[in-house]
Amino acid sequence: MISKESVAHVAELARLSFSEAELQQYTAQMDDILNMFEQLEAVDTTNVAPTTQSIHLQNVMRADEAVNETKTEDLFKNVPTYKGTLIQVPAIIDKEED
Amino acid sequence: MDYFKLDIDQLHQALVNGELTAADLTAQTLEGIRAIDPQIDAFLTLNPNAQAQAKAVDAAGVDRAKPLAGIPVAIKDNIVTKDLTTTAASKMLENFVPIYDATVVEKLAQAGAINVGKVNMDEFAMGSSTENSAFKVTKNAWDHTRVPGGSSGGSAAAVATGQVLVALGTDTGGSIRQPAAFNGIVGFKPTYGRVSRWGLIAFGSSLDAIGTLSRSVKDSAYVMNVIAGHDEKDATTADTPVPDFTAKIGQSLQGMKIALPKEYLGDGVDPQVADQIKAAAEQFKALGATVATVSLPHTKYAVPAYYIIASSEASSNLQRFDGIRYGFRAKDVKNLSDVYVRSRSEGFGPEVKRRIMLGTFSLSAGFYDAYFKKAAQVRTLITDDFNQIFADYDLIMGPTTPTVAFKIGEKVTDPLTMYMNDILTIPVNLAGLPAASIPAGFVDGMPVGLQLIGKHFDEATIYQAADAFEAQNDYLDQIPGGAH
Repeated sequence: MISKESVAHVAELARLSFSEAELQQYTAQMDDILNMFEQLEAVDTTNVAPTTQSIHLQNVMRADEAVNETKTEDLFKNVPTYKGTLIQVPAIIDKEED
Repeated sequence: MDYFKLDIDQLHQALVNGELTAADLTAQTLEGIRAIDPQIDAFLTLNPNAQAQAKAVDAAGVDRAKPLAGIPVAIKDNIVTKDLTTTAASKMLENFVPIYDATVVEKLAQAGAINVGKVNMDEFAMGSSTENSAFKVTKNAWDHTRVPGGSSGGSAAAVATGQVLVALGTDTGGSIRQPAAFNGIVGFKPTYGRVSRWGLIAFGSSLDAIGTLSRSVKDSAYVMNVIAGHDEKDATTADTPVPDFTAKIGQSLQGMKIALPKEYLGDGVDPQVADQIKAAAEQFKALGATVATVSLPHTKYAVPAYYIIASSEASSNLQRFDGIRYGFRAKDVKNLSDVYVRSRSEGFGPEVKRRIMLGTFSLSAGFYDAYFKKAAQVRTLITDDFNQIFADYDLIMGPTTPTVAFKIGEKVTDPLTMYMNDILTIPVNLAGLPAASIPAGFVDGMPVGLQLIGKHFDEATIYQAADAFEAQNDYLDQIPGGAH
């Protein structure tokens, strides 16, 4: 049984915030789903190597050549707010502490 | 344009002979979309440059060697298109205008295909019903109160209602095959690494594949011929020769060995659906193939293994959506941490957040070995099951889905039931195999999908068997609503 506190901790790791009602709902749903995940405990995986890539490519190499296909101004087309070639974000550090 | 009576061969011939221009074909296609789509809600964005692209094809002359020249296609909205809004059906990317084309989009354009627009999907391709779109609920072509499946529900519904002949979709755990089955059309997921993922908005990077949804088997092969191949921009594409996927179409199935896993007709599969698949097996025997019952013993573990792996990869891939460089940024944020947390919490929908949570949990300290690593080991066992069968057989057959399309709203509040519905399509993604879903009859007036699974990089044999089956049946003549 996963606790509401654990779910809140995972949310913090994932940079998500939930209301109290959402947190309760996610806790209940995650509990169901994690129970389903736990079916895997029944499988004997002693000495079984994990698969993370299904067609077994290894060490794909290419020439280390500089390419510059993208214009800076294009890269800024989807930036929410910017000045010149700098992305604007809210202050990280309080100005008093400068 | 009556796409229920035409295929790419016929349109190509008419374009080459000058009986039809690409500009006319595109204009009629857009007219059809405007007439049909208000009832279906498959399209999110129409391409304002489609007509200009078609005129350029006419000006250059329709090349006899390019079967897709002038043919309109729809593109799933998680595949980036230069200067054309690409949202992945998420509020997070509602106003996102890509600055480059995905490799598949570039290849289609080089082949002369016309991108008529972007189609709806579950947000970030997470879902099996297209109900997780932030923008609209697409309807099933055969019954507007039912889901079109997902996540490529817009692609499937657009094709099945005759708005386009073919659409691109993506398949991470069945997202091409399941909506194809639910709408009575052909869905084709190639081998992992056969088609470049450059420009695909990533969900589960070790599982994602771009493929086709079409009315006919051969039309799918024509599109696959264009989009397949090694791409330096995607290091996971295989440097394997690409055959002509139409080459084996029309060849006899005499001597072909087909396996039917008993687990694919077991508990949870609607007996009426199972009956259609058994009938399909008899048809393959009549065509000269042998069909034998086999076992894939780890099938029942595919759902937990998949949801751990896919969610883990998703939680990692979706870290990039932080409200800084592109995408949704929450208003009135006080500090940088607020930008991240509020932009993500307000920009992602409930299912995407659920997957991020499951993935973050499975990868977190103390749980990694029991969840992510265990799932990756079970993935090996599932792959070994397939390898053993493919040592003796050419293809595996079974149903694509346990049931026909369910009602809109029926499962969306119960994620666990929704996940279990993917049991028959997920094993293929875990093993990276190619697979198709093709129409195989009806249960209570709703289409049933037959799944054909092939060996790695042996898509051509799937096309051969699928076309032979299609030719034995008249499913292409059966039209949703019977209006034609």
